[in-house]
Amino acid sequence: MAWTCPMPLRDQSRVVMGHGGGGAMSAELVEHVFAPAFGGPVLAQLSDSAAVELGGARLAFSTDSFVVRPLFFPGGSIGDLAVNGTVNDLAMSGARAAYMSCGFILEEGVELSVVGRVAQALGAAARTAGVEVVTGDTKVVEAGHGDGIFINTSAIGLVPPGVDLRPQRVRPGDAVIVSGPIGVHGVAIMSVREGLEFGVEIESDCAALGGLVEAMLAVTQDLHALRDPTRGGLAAALNEIAAASGTGVVVEERAVPVPPPVANACAVLGLDPMYVANEGKLVAFVPREHADAVLAAMRTHPLGREAAIVGETVQTHPGMVVARTGLGGTRVVDMPIGEQLPRIC
Amino acid sequence: MKYIEEFQDPALARKLLDDIRATVTRPWALMEVCGGQTHTIIRHGIDQLLPDEVELIHGPGCPVCVTPLEVIDKALEIASRPEVIFCSFGDMLRVPGTGRDLFQVRGQGGDVRVVYSPLDALRVAQENPDREVVFFGIGFETTAPPNAMTVYQARRLGIPNFSLLVSHVRVPPAIEAIMRSPSCRVQGFLAAGHVCSVMGTSEYPELAERFRVPIVVTGFEPLDILEGVRRTVQQLERGEHTVENAYPRAVQPEGNPAAQAMLADVFEVTDRAWRGIGVIPASGWRLSSRYREYDAEHRFSVTGIDTREPAECRSGEVLQGLLKPHECEAFGTTCTPRTPLGATMVSSEGACAAYYLYRRLDLEQKTVSREGASVV
Amino acid sequence: MCLAVPGKVLGIEDRDGTRMATVDFGGVVKEVCLEYLPDLQVGEYAIVHVGFALQRLDEDSARKTLELFETLGLLQEEFGDPWEPAEPDANGRTEQPADAGDGAAAQEAKR
Repeated sequence: MAWTCPMPLRDQSRVVMGHGGGGAMSAELVEHVFAPAFGGPVLAQLSDSAAVELGGARLAFSTDSFVVRPLFFPGGSIGDLAVNGTVNDLAMSGARAAYMSCGFILEEGVELSVVGRVAQALGAAARTAGVEVVTGDTKVVEAGHGDGIFINTSAIGLVPPGVDLRPQRVRPGDAVIVSGPIGVHGVAIMSVREGLEFGVEIESDCAALGGLVEAMLAVTQDLHALRDPTRGGLAAALNEIAAASGTGVVVEERAVPVPPPVANACAVLGLDPMYVANEGKLVAFVPREHADAVLAAMRTHPLGREAAIVGETVQTHPGMVVARTGLGGTRVVDMPIGEQLPRIC
Repeated sequence: MKYIEEFQDPALARKLLDDIRATVTRPWALMEVCGGQTHTIIRHGIDQLLPDEVELIHGPGCPVCVTPLEVIDKALEIASRPEVIFCSFGDMLRVPGTGRDLFQVRGQGGDVRVVYSPLDALRVAQENPDREVVFFGIGFETTAPPNAMTVYQARRLGIPNFSLLVSHVRVPPAIEAIMRSPSCRVQGFLAAGHVCSVMGTSEYPELAERFRVPIVVTGFEPLDILEGVRRTVQQLERGEHTVENAYPRAVQPEGNPAAQAMLADVFEVTDRAWRGIGVIPASGWRLSSRYREYDAEHRFSVTGIDTREPAECRSGEVLQGLLKPHECEAFGTTCTPRTPLGATMVSSEGACAAYYLYRRLDLEQKTVSREGASVV
Repeated sequence: MCLAVPGKVLGIEDRDGTRMATVDFGGVVKEVCLEYLPDLQVGEYAIVHVGFALQRLDEDSARKTLELFETLGLLQEEFGDPWEPAEPDANGRTEQPADAGDGAAAQEAKR
């Protein structure tokens, strides 16, 4: 083995879907395979986007790959995701994306008109997000060796002076704010997934969050941490912040906005909305004294109209996320392990 | 969703809890048979809200948990074959067989697909006539009729490349086995509502009478669970042992005759091994001789499997209510949802996983206060 | 075991000789097999498990069960006797006490 592994990956000799699921298995892969191999103090922070200094400027830099199926879904396409996923990673460090790269891996046989539609969507999303695609690359793999279209994008942007958003800054007593209803993107995707199809009047919430973050920072630069709860949903985002900050998180279950179609799709499939993916939402950890003003500012922004305070950080149970249930009980909201699957029981 | 939200109302839950508190005078141990009910109880924190006198023991009603290791290993073997498309409910993919699970089979090139309905598996067979499509037919009386329908339809529509790997189980023999156990602590049962939606309630009065134990057919929302507990406690306090239906909106006394008729045609009762518990007489179904050709075990003679259960897994005792999950030494240490030793740590309704996911905080705090150190 | 949820039948059709329905689960619509409830009608509710309607949902029973729960506190308040059999009262719904908590809770439940 070329790489040294501080702790062997248990039980798995091969990659399984869970390694890309954004949960505990993904984290293990990065921690035990990639991080030791690449080294470097910036990567070691394992945040969604890297913060680096270059020529006196503070840059945020991030990359993301997109392998969504189907390519087009209610409310968006892989083209929209490829832009918004990456610029949102930057937004979570307070940076507005300026320039973007775009790599296409196309499968032999894919219709050019499909590639064209994806490119159009990507271009439109980039304009909306205010980011300029400045470099790109295309590769083609043999039929059967890809899944239509894979896209990788990277983006850089400037972090405004005085802004320092990191999980390590989260303190007990911070308010936890969600920018709107959760689970919408995941349910929209599931509704058109092969073998699962269901009808639901819901569209992906896929959106670029740079503007919303700017509105929040205009209230105070003293936000502690932001995270976009994509794969693994709100549960994964909260667990990541809890683990990295060493605080506990308490969520008031009934305060979490869950649209009825999401709640009902989850009831039918046996899923928990807390674990369903979002693409146009963020969760913010805000000092208590600024929480109401930040919330008010969010609610005046189109992407934060239904923002809500859903909980707080606490000193007890460090690193653990706990939900208070509607009936008054409590339960631990754990890190998702791998892929979320519909269950029958 | 209508008929779900109303049965989660916190104000009504308080009324039910108050009533239970006013009724109970001494300790009672009740078993909720069904894992779906375990899920509701833990997810909503219902066991924390009940008076201390009422202890809930989590029963063996989780098909994922009780499907025997031997059958899992057969599934892994069949799913590994290049000509096979192996379809399963999502629940089964992470269940550990000897050394691996279905996810890992897929990682090694096996064509393993998750379906929502068994009819989806039948459609996969129609769309892939040059492949063998096998559906993993697990479940209790609720899931058996849908699975039976696939075999019936495969014959009716002439779909030769479809077969069923059957591991169906029945609730009443399991209740009997639990009550016969010398160390049985169960004093009342919350019977599984959706099983009774299919089978009706006629199988239970004889059990209630023979073992002098109240059996209350119970639904799955928080208010349903509380009502099941309330009625069971009422009976126990009065010294009664009858069968009551606390889930009348979904359970008719006669059940679903059409589904029962299909079960009788497609399946026949057989002895069945329950993972961690052992063989329970007449506790399962297999395909009847009329449908033998659709039996995956018959079609793919699966032999030479070296089936080994981890010695430290005590899930059998957990499933019988003899051990609480956290009383097992492996719980939360060598056995977690990420590295499960037994199926009870895998399924979201498995008692061990439910404890791990939702109860860890409570257990941790108790352990800290007792030993001054954390186990997690 | 057996995750099953109540859904409302929107439409019924015959497909390949199999009776199928379009069923609405609060804004989520799925195809459901009706072979086990052949006389289920459009507008009725059924308990659905893995794409099969397995039992008609008895709306009257659902209402009575909820009404029974509503009366629990009342009986205790009026008689102080938990042994009193709690018969569902068809009029109970219109004569609820003005309990502010109830309405708020019902609202909450519909989040």
